[in-house]
Amino acid sequence: MMLKIFTILADLVTYRWLGMTPGTHLGEALHFFVEDTVKIFFLLVTIIFAVAVVRSFFPPERTRRFLSDKKLWAAHVLAALLGVVTPFCSCSACPLFIGFVEAGIPLGVTFSFLISSPMVNEVALVLLFGLFGWKIAALYLCTGLLIAVIAGMIIGRLNMERFVADYVWQIRMGEAEIPSMTWRERIEYAKGYVKEILSKIWLYVLGGIAVGALVHGYVPQDFLLRYAGPSNPVAVPVAVALGVPLYSNAAGVIPIVQALMDKGLPLGTTLAFMMAVTALSFPEMVILSQVLKRPLIAAFVGVVSVSIIVVGYIFNAVM
Amino acid sequence: MVKIEILGPGCPRCQSLEANARQAVEELGIDAEVVKITEMGKIMAYGVMSTPGVVINGEVKGSGRLFSVEEIKEMLQGLS
Repeated sequence: MMLKIFTILADLVTYRWLGMTPGTHLGEALHFFVEDTVKIFFLLVTIIFAVAVVRSFFPPERTRRFLSDKKLWAAHVLAALLGVVTPFCSCSACPLFIGFVEAGIPLGVTFSFLISSPMVNEVALVLLFGLFGWKIAALYLCTGLLIAVIAGMIIGRLNMERFVADYVWQIRMGEAEIPSMTWRERIEYAKGYVKEILSKIWLYVLGGIAVGALVHGYVPQDFLLRYAGPSNPVAVPVAVALGVPLYSNAAGVIPIVQALMDKGLPLGTTLAFMMAVTALSFPEMVILSQVLKRPLIAAFVGVVSVSIIVVGYIFNAVM
Repeated sequence: MVKIEILGPGCPRCQSLEANARQAVEELGIDAEVVKITEMGKIMAYGVMSTPGVVINGEVKGSGRLFSVEEIKEMLQGLS
Protein backbone atom coordinates (compact mmCIF):
# COMPACT_ATOMS: atom_id res chain seq x y z
CA MET A 1 0.00 0.00 0.00
CA MET A 2 1.42 3.36 -0.93
CA LEU A 3 0.90 4.57 2.62
CA LYS A 4 3.71 2.27 3.79
CA ILE A 5 6.03 5.20 3.28
CA PHE A 6 4.72 6.81 6.44
CA THR A 7 5.51 3.71 8.49
CA ILE A 8 9.02 3.69 7.08
CA LEU A 9 9.41 7.36 7.86
CA ALA A 10 8.19 6.83 11.40
CA ASP A 11 10.55 3.88 11.81
CA LEU A 12 13.40 6.09 10.73
CA VAL A 13 12.56 8.94 13.03
CA THR A 14 11.61 6.93 16.10
CA TYR A 15 14.04 4.04 16.03
CA ARG A 16 17.08 5.47 14.23
CA TRP A 17 17.15 9.18 14.96
CA LEU A 18 15.61 9.12 18.40
CA GLY A 19 17.02 5.74 19.31
CA MET A 20 13.82 4.27 20.75
CA THR A 21 13.42 0.52 21.10
CA PRO A 22 10.49 -1.10 19.30
CA GLY A 23 8.04 -2.76 21.66
CA THR A 24 8.59 -0.42 24.59
CA HIS A 25 5.63 1.73 25.70
CA LEU A 26 7.30 5.02 24.87
CA GLY A 27 8.76 3.70 21.64
CA GLU A 28 5.40 2.48 20.40
CA ALA A 29 3.61 5.66 21.47
CA LEU A 30 6.16 7.88 19.76
CA HIS A 31 6.14 5.82 16.57
CA PHE A 32 2.35 6.05 16.41
CA PHE A 33 2.51 9.80 16.93
CA VAL A 34 5.10 10.46 14.23
CA GLU A 35 3.53 8.15 11.66
CA ASP A 36 0.00 9.36 12.17
CA THR A 37 0.86 13.05 12.28
CA VAL A 38 2.70 13.06 8.98
CA LYS A 39 0.30 10.68 7.28
CA ILE A 40 -2.83 12.45 8.42
CA PHE A 41 -1.72 15.97 7.54
CA PHE A 42 -0.53 14.83 4.13
CA LEU A 43 -3.87 13.13 3.46
CA LEU A 44 -5.84 16.07 4.78
CA VAL A 45 -4.15 18.62 2.56
CA THR A 46 -4.34 16.64 -0.67
CA ILE A 47 -7.81 15.22 -0.35
CA ILE A 48 -9.50 18.27 1.14
CA PHE A 49 -8.16 20.28 -1.76
CA ALA A 50 -9.50 17.79 -4.30
CA VAL A 51 -12.85 17.56 -2.55
CA ALA A 52 -13.15 21.35 -2.35
CA VAL A 53 -12.77 21.53 -6.12
CA VAL A 54 -15.52 18.92 -6.53
CA ARG A 55 -17.70 20.81 -4.09
CA SER A 56 -17.31 24.04 -6.01
CA PHE A 57 -19.59 22.43 -8.60
CA PHE A 58 -22.38 21.97 -6.08
CA PRO A 59 -23.45 25.29 -4.62
CA PRO A 60 -26.39 24.91 -2.21
CA GLU A 61 -28.52 27.14 -4.40
CA ARG A 62 -28.31 24.54 -7.14
CA THR A 63 -29.08 21.70 -4.72
CA ARG A 64 -32.11 23.60 -3.48
CA ARG A 65 -33.52 24.05 -6.94
CA PHE A 66 -32.75 20.45 -7.82
CA LEU A 67 -34.46 18.95 -4.78
CA SER A 68 -37.55 21.14 -4.89
CA ASP A 69 -39.44 19.05 -7.40
CA LYS A 70 -38.39 15.48 -6.73
CA LYS A 71 -40.63 12.63 -5.55
CA LEU A 72 -40.29 11.96 -1.83
CA TRP A 73 -38.33 8.68 -1.88
CA ALA A 74 -35.90 9.93 -4.47
CA ALA A 75 -35.65 13.30 -2.75
CA HIS A 76 -34.44 11.70 0.50
CA VAL A 77 -31.75 9.69 -1.24
CA LEU A 78 -30.67 12.62 -3.38
CA ALA A 79 -30.63 14.93 -0.38
CA ALA A 80 -28.37 12.54 1.51
CA LEU A 81 -26.03 12.17 -1.46
CA LEU A 82 -25.95 15.87 -2.12
CA GLY A 83 -25.28 16.54 1.55
CA VAL A 84 -21.96 14.82 1.10
CA VAL A 85 -20.81 17.00 -1.80
CA THR A 86 -22.42 20.31 -0.97
CA PRO A 87 -20.14 22.50 1.09
CA PHE A 88 -21.51 22.90 4.56
CA CYS A 89 -20.40 25.31 7.20
CA SER A 90 -22.32 25.50 10.45
CA CYS A 91 -22.89 29.20 9.97
CA SER A 92 -24.86 28.50 6.81
CA ALA A 93 -26.97 25.85 8.51
CA CYS A 94 -29.74 28.36 9.07
CA PRO A 95 -29.92 30.09 5.67
CA LEU A 96 -29.66 26.67 4.12
CA PHE A 97 -32.49 25.25 6.20
CA ILE A 98 -34.67 28.27 5.51
CA GLY A 99 -33.88 28.15 1.80
CA PHE A 100 -34.84 24.50 1.52
CA VAL A 101 -38.05 24.93 3.47
CA GLU A 102 -38.99 28.02 1.49
CA ALA A 103 -38.52 26.16 -1.78
CA GLY A 104 -41.11 23.65 -0.67
CA ILE A 105 -38.64 20.88 0.07
CA PRO A 106 -40.28 18.59 2.67
CA LEU A 107 -38.94 18.86 6.21
CA GLY A 108 -37.75 15.25 6.29
CA VAL A 109 -35.77 15.68 3.09
CA THR A 110 -34.09 18.77 4.49
CA PHE A 111 -33.10 16.72 7.52
CA SER A 112 -31.64 13.97 5.36
CA PHE A 113 -29.40 16.66 3.95
CA LEU A 114 -28.58 18.11 7.37
CA ILE A 115 -27.65 14.69 8.70
CA SER A 116 -25.38 13.54 5.90
CA SER A 117 -23.66 16.88 5.44
CA PRO A 118 -21.64 17.06 8.64
CA MET A 119 -21.42 13.31 9.25
CA VAL A 120 -20.29 12.04 5.88
CA ASN A 121 -17.67 14.67 5.37
CA GLU A 122 -14.48 14.35 3.43
CA VAL A 123 -12.26 14.72 6.46
CA ALA A 124 -13.81 11.67 8.08
CA LEU A 125 -13.62 9.65 4.89
CA VAL A 126 -10.03 10.63 4.19
CA LEU A 127 -8.89 9.71 7.65
CA LEU A 128 -10.78 6.45 7.68
CA PHE A 129 -9.28 5.57 4.34
CA GLY A 130 -5.80 6.51 5.47
CA LEU A 131 -5.95 4.70 8.77
CA PHE A 132 -8.23 1.76 8.16
CA GLY A 133 -8.32 1.22 4.44
CA TRP A 134 -10.94 1.77 1.80
CA LYS A 135 -13.36 -0.90 3.00
CA ILE A 136 -14.02 0.83 6.30
CA ALA A 137 -14.23 4.20 4.60
CA ALA A 138 -16.80 2.79 2.16
CA LEU A 139 -18.72 1.24 5.05
CA TYR A 140 -18.86 4.55 6.85
CA LEU A 141 -20.03 6.28 3.68
CA CYS A 142 -22.81 3.79 3.01
CA THR A 143 -24.11 3.54 6.55
CA GLY A 144 -23.92 7.31 6.89
CA LEU A 145 -26.09 7.74 3.81
CA LEU A 146 -28.48 5.05 5.00
CA ILE A 147 -28.92 6.72 8.35
CA ALA A 148 -29.42 10.09 6.67
CA VAL A 149 -32.16 8.71 4.44
CA ILE A 150 -33.96 6.66 7.08
CA ALA A 151 -33.70 9.14 9.93
CA GLY A 152 -34.82 11.89 7.56
CA MET A 153 -37.84 9.83 6.52
CA ILE A 154 -38.79 9.10 10.12
CA ILE A 155 -38.56 12.77 11.04
CA GLY A 156 -40.64 13.59 7.98
CA ARG A 157 -43.32 11.14 9.10
CA LEU A 158 -43.50 12.77 12.53
CA ASN A 159 -45.14 15.80 10.92
CA MET A 160 -43.40 18.29 13.13
CA GLU A 161 -43.69 21.25 10.79
CA ARG A 162 -45.28 23.28 13.56
CA PHE A 163 -41.99 23.09 15.47
CA VAL A 164 -40.10 25.09 12.92
CA ALA A 165 -39.69 28.70 14.05
CA ASP A 166 -42.67 30.71 12.81
CA TYR A 167 -40.73 33.40 10.99
CA VAL A 168 -39.17 30.80 8.72
CA TRP A 169 -42.47 30.22 6.92
CA GLN A 170 -42.79 33.94 6.22
CA ILE A 171 -39.48 34.36 4.49
CA ARG A 172 -39.46 34.73 0.76
CA MET A 173 -36.16 33.89 -0.80
CA GLY A 174 -34.94 35.93 -3.70
CA GLU A 175 -33.95 34.24 -6.93
CA ALA A 176 -30.34 35.16 -7.41
CA GLU A 177 -28.24 33.61 -10.13
CA ILE A 178 -26.82 30.26 -9.11
CA PRO A 179 -23.16 31.02 -8.44
CA SER A 180 -20.68 29.50 -10.82
CA MET A 181 -16.91 29.74 -10.83
CA THR A 182 -14.06 29.85 -13.27
CA TRP A 183 -11.23 27.38 -12.76
CA ARG A 184 -9.05 30.10 -11.31
CA GLU A 185 -11.79 30.85 -8.79
CA ARG A 186 -12.22 27.16 -7.97
CA ILE A 187 -8.51 26.81 -7.17
CA GLU A 188 -8.66 29.93 -5.00
CA TYR A 189 -11.71 28.57 -3.26
CA ALA A 190 -10.07 25.19 -2.68
CA LYS A 191 -6.89 26.77 -1.30
CA GLY A 192 -8.92 28.94 1.03
CA TYR A 193 -10.99 25.96 2.08
CA VAL A 194 -7.93 23.84 2.93
CA LYS A 195 -6.41 26.68 4.94
CA GLU A 196 -9.64 27.27 6.77
CA ILE A 197 -10.24 23.63 7.63
CA LEU A 198 -6.66 23.02 8.71
CA SER A 199 -6.60 26.11 10.88
CA LYS A 200 -9.75 24.89 12.59
CA ILE A 201 -8.71 21.31 13.17
CA TRP A 202 -4.94 21.05 13.42
CA LEU A 203 -4.92 21.28 17.17
CA TYR A 204 -7.68 18.70 17.47
CA VAL A 205 -5.79 16.40 15.13
CA LEU A 206 -2.58 16.66 17.12
CA GLY A 207 -4.50 16.22 20.35
CA GLY A 208 -6.35 13.23 18.98
CA ILE A 209 -3.16 11.65 17.72
CA ALA A 210 -1.47 12.26 21.06
CA VAL A 211 -4.28 10.55 22.94
CA GLY A 212 -4.27 7.76 20.37
CA ALA A 213 -0.53 7.40 20.77
CA LEU A 214 -0.85 7.06 24.52
CA VAL A 215 -3.60 4.49 24.18
CA HIS A 216 -1.54 2.63 21.62
CA GLY A 217 1.59 2.60 23.70
CA TYR A 218 0.27 2.15 27.19
CA VAL A 219 -3.13 0.47 27.23
CA PRO A 220 -2.82 -3.31 27.44
CA GLN A 221 -3.72 -5.31 24.35
CA ASP A 222 -7.33 -6.47 24.30
CA PHE A 223 -8.18 -4.28 27.26
CA LEU A 224 -11.23 -2.91 25.52
CA LEU A 225 -12.14 -6.31 24.25
CA ARG A 226 -12.72 -7.36 27.82
CA TYR A 227 -14.69 -4.32 28.99
CA ALA A 228 -16.34 -2.92 25.89
CA GLY A 229 -16.28 -5.93 23.66
CA PRO A 230 -19.04 -8.17 22.34
CA SER A 231 -19.84 -9.44 25.83
CA ASN A 232 -20.90 -5.95 26.94
CA PRO A 233 -24.42 -5.25 25.67
CA VAL A 234 -24.53 -1.58 26.58
CA ALA A 235 -21.23 -0.61 24.97
CA VAL A 236 -22.94 0.75 21.84
CA PRO A 237 -25.46 3.07 23.52
CA VAL A 238 -22.76 4.26 25.90
CA ALA A 239 -20.46 5.04 23.00
CA VAL A 240 -23.23 6.98 21.28
CA ALA A 241 -24.21 8.80 24.46
CA LEU A 242 -20.59 9.87 24.84
CA GLY A 243 -20.26 10.89 21.24
CA VAL A 244 -23.41 12.95 20.72
CA PRO A 245 -22.59 16.05 22.77
CA LEU A 246 -18.91 15.94 21.98
CA TYR A 247 -17.81 18.83 19.91
CA SER A 248 -15.16 17.43 17.73
CA ASN A 249 -14.53 17.18 14.11
CA ALA A 250 -13.76 13.78 12.71
CA ALA A 251 -10.11 14.67 12.53
CA GLY A 252 -9.63 14.75 16.26
CA VAL A 253 -11.61 11.66 17.04
CA ILE A 254 -10.39 9.22 14.44
CA PRO A 255 -6.82 8.84 15.65
CA ILE A 256 -8.21 7.99 19.08
CA VAL A 257 -10.66 5.60 17.53
CA GLN A 258 -7.84 3.91 15.65
CA ALA A 259 -5.98 3.23 18.85
CA LEU A 260 -9.14 2.06 20.60
CA MET A 261 -9.87 -0.42 17.86
CA ASP A 262 -6.36 -1.73 18.17
CA LYS A 263 -7.10 -2.49 21.78
CA GLY A 264 -10.20 -4.46 20.96
CA LEU A 265 -13.09 -2.03 20.54
CA PRO A 266 -15.45 -3.76 18.12
CA LEU A 267 -16.07 -2.25 14.70
CA GLY A 268 -19.76 -1.53 15.25
CA THR A 269 -19.15 0.31 18.50
CA THR A 270 -16.34 2.28 16.88
CA LEU A 271 -18.43 3.36 13.91
CA ALA A 272 -21.31 4.27 16.20
CA PHE A 273 -19.06 6.44 18.31
CA MET A 274 -17.63 8.24 15.31
CA MET A 275 -20.98 8.88 13.75
CA ALA A 276 -22.37 10.17 17.03
CA VAL A 277 -19.50 12.61 17.32
CA THR A 278 -19.74 13.95 13.79
CA ALA A 279 -23.47 13.86 13.06
CA LEU A 280 -24.60 15.76 16.12
CA SER A 281 -22.88 18.38 18.15
CA PHE A 282 -23.88 20.78 20.84
CA PRO A 283 -22.80 23.93 18.94
CA GLU A 284 -24.74 22.84 15.88
CA MET A 285 -27.89 22.40 17.97
CA VAL A 286 -27.39 25.86 19.39
CA ILE A 287 -27.20 27.30 15.91
CA LEU A 288 -30.20 25.32 14.70
CA SER A 289 -32.25 26.55 17.65
CA GLN A 290 -32.56 29.77 15.68
CA VAL A 291 -34.81 27.97 13.22
CA LEU A 292 -36.05 24.92 15.11
CA LYS A 293 -38.08 24.75 18.29
CA ARG A 294 -36.96 22.45 21.11
CA PRO A 295 -39.27 19.49 20.41
CA LEU A 296 -38.01 19.26 16.85
CA ILE A 297 -34.38 19.49 17.91
CA ALA A 298 -35.04 16.76 20.45
CA ALA A 299 -36.67 14.62 17.78
CA PHE A 300 -33.71 15.24 15.47
CA VAL A 301 -31.18 14.20 18.11
CA GLY A 302 -33.30 11.26 19.24
CA VAL A 303 -34.00 9.74 15.84
CA VAL A 304 -30.41 10.09 14.68
CA SER A 305 -29.00 8.67 17.93
CA VAL A 306 -31.27 5.65 17.80
CA SER A 307 -30.43 5.04 14.15
CA ILE A 308 -26.74 5.12 14.97
CA ILE A 309 -27.17 2.74 17.89
CA VAL A 310 -29.08 0.28 15.73
CA VAL A 311 -26.37 0.41 13.06
CA GLY A 312 -23.74 -0.15 15.76
CA TYR A 313 -25.46 -3.29 17.01
CA ILE A 314 -25.98 -4.65 13.54
CA PHE A 315 -22.34 -4.28 12.68
CA ASN A 316 -21.15 -5.86 15.88
CA ALA A 317 -23.42 -8.80 15.19
CA VAL A 318 -22.50 -9.15 11.55
CA MET A 319 -18.76 -8.43 11.47
CA MET B 1 -22.36 56.62 -3.51
CA VAL B 2 -21.68 52.90 -3.77
CA LYS B 3 -23.52 50.72 -1.27
CA ILE B 4 -21.78 47.53 -0.21
CA GLU B 5 -23.66 45.01 1.91
CA ILE B 6 -21.91 42.10 3.57
CA LEU B 7 -24.30 39.26 4.29
CA GLY B 8 -23.59 36.98 7.20
CA PRO B 9 -24.96 35.91 10.58
CA GLY B 10 -21.77 36.75 12.41
CA CYS B 11 -19.25 33.97 12.04
CA PRO B 12 -15.51 34.76 11.71
CA ARG B 13 -15.61 34.46 7.91
CA CYS B 14 -18.24 37.16 7.50
CA GLN B 15 -16.33 39.45 9.81
CA SER B 16 -13.16 38.96 7.76
CA LEU B 17 -15.14 39.64 4.62
CA GLU B 18 -16.39 42.91 6.05
CA ALA B 19 -12.83 43.88 6.94
CA ASN B 20 -11.64 43.01 3.43
CA ALA B 21 -14.44 45.07 1.93
CA ARG B 22 -13.53 48.10 4.01
CA GLN B 23 -9.92 47.73 3.03
CA ALA B 24 -10.83 47.44 -0.64
CA VAL B 25 -12.86 50.64 -0.42
CA GLU B 26 -9.99 52.42 1.28
CA GLU B 27 -7.42 51.27 -1.23
CA LEU B 28 -9.56 52.32 -4.17
CA GLY B 29 -10.42 55.62 -2.51
CA ILE B 30 -14.02 55.53 -3.68
CA ASP B 31 -17.08 56.96 -1.98
CA ALA B 32 -18.74 53.86 -0.55
CA GLU B 33 -20.57 52.68 2.53
CA VAL B 34 -20.11 49.18 3.93
CA VAL B 35 -23.05 47.71 5.82
CA LYS B 36 -23.21 44.37 7.58
CA ILE B 37 -26.49 42.48 7.21
CA THR B 38 -27.06 39.77 9.84
CA GLU B 39 -30.82 39.42 9.69
CA MET B 40 -31.82 36.12 8.10
CA GLY B 41 -34.83 37.51 6.24
CA LYS B 42 -32.76 40.15 4.46
CA ILE B 43 -29.99 37.67 3.62
CA MET B 44 -32.47 35.23 2.13
CA ALA B 45 -34.21 37.98 0.17
CA TYR B 46 -31.04 38.26 -1.88
CA GLY B 47 -31.21 34.56 -2.68
CA VAL B 48 -28.02 33.78 -0.81
CA MET B 49 -27.86 30.45 0.98
CA SER B 50 -24.19 30.04 1.68
CA THR B 51 -22.96 32.96 3.65
CA PRO B 52 -20.93 35.13 3.57
CA GLY B 53 -22.13 37.15 0.63
CA VAL B 54 -21.20 40.41 -1.07
CA VAL B 55 -23.92 42.69 -2.44
CA ILE B 56 -23.03 45.87 -4.31
CA ASN B 57 -25.76 48.42 -5.11
CA GLY B 58 -28.40 45.76 -4.54
CA GLU B 59 -26.83 43.14 -6.78
CA VAL B 60 -25.25 39.93 -5.45
CA LYS B 61 -21.65 39.88 -6.62
CA GLY B 62 -20.52 36.75 -4.84
CA SER B 63 -21.34 34.29 -2.11
CA GLY B 64 -20.14 31.17 -0.37
CA ARG B 65 -16.58 32.06 0.49
CA LEU B 66 -14.25 34.68 1.86
CA PHE B 67 -13.35 37.01 -0.97
CA SER B 68 -9.94 38.65 -0.84
CA VAL B 69 -9.36 42.39 -0.90
CA GLU B 70 -8.20 42.03 -4.53
CA GLU B 71 -11.36 40.20 -5.55
CA ILE B 72 -13.60 42.80 -3.92
CA LYS B 73 -11.66 45.55 -5.67
CA GLU B 74 -12.30 43.80 -8.97
CA MET B 75 -16.02 43.66 -8.16
CA LEU B 76 -16.03 47.39 -7.40
CA GLN B 77 -14.03 48.31 -10.47
CA GLY B 78 -16.34 46.27 -12.67
CA LEU B 79 -19.25 48.60 -11.91
CA SER B 80 -20.42 50.66 -14.88
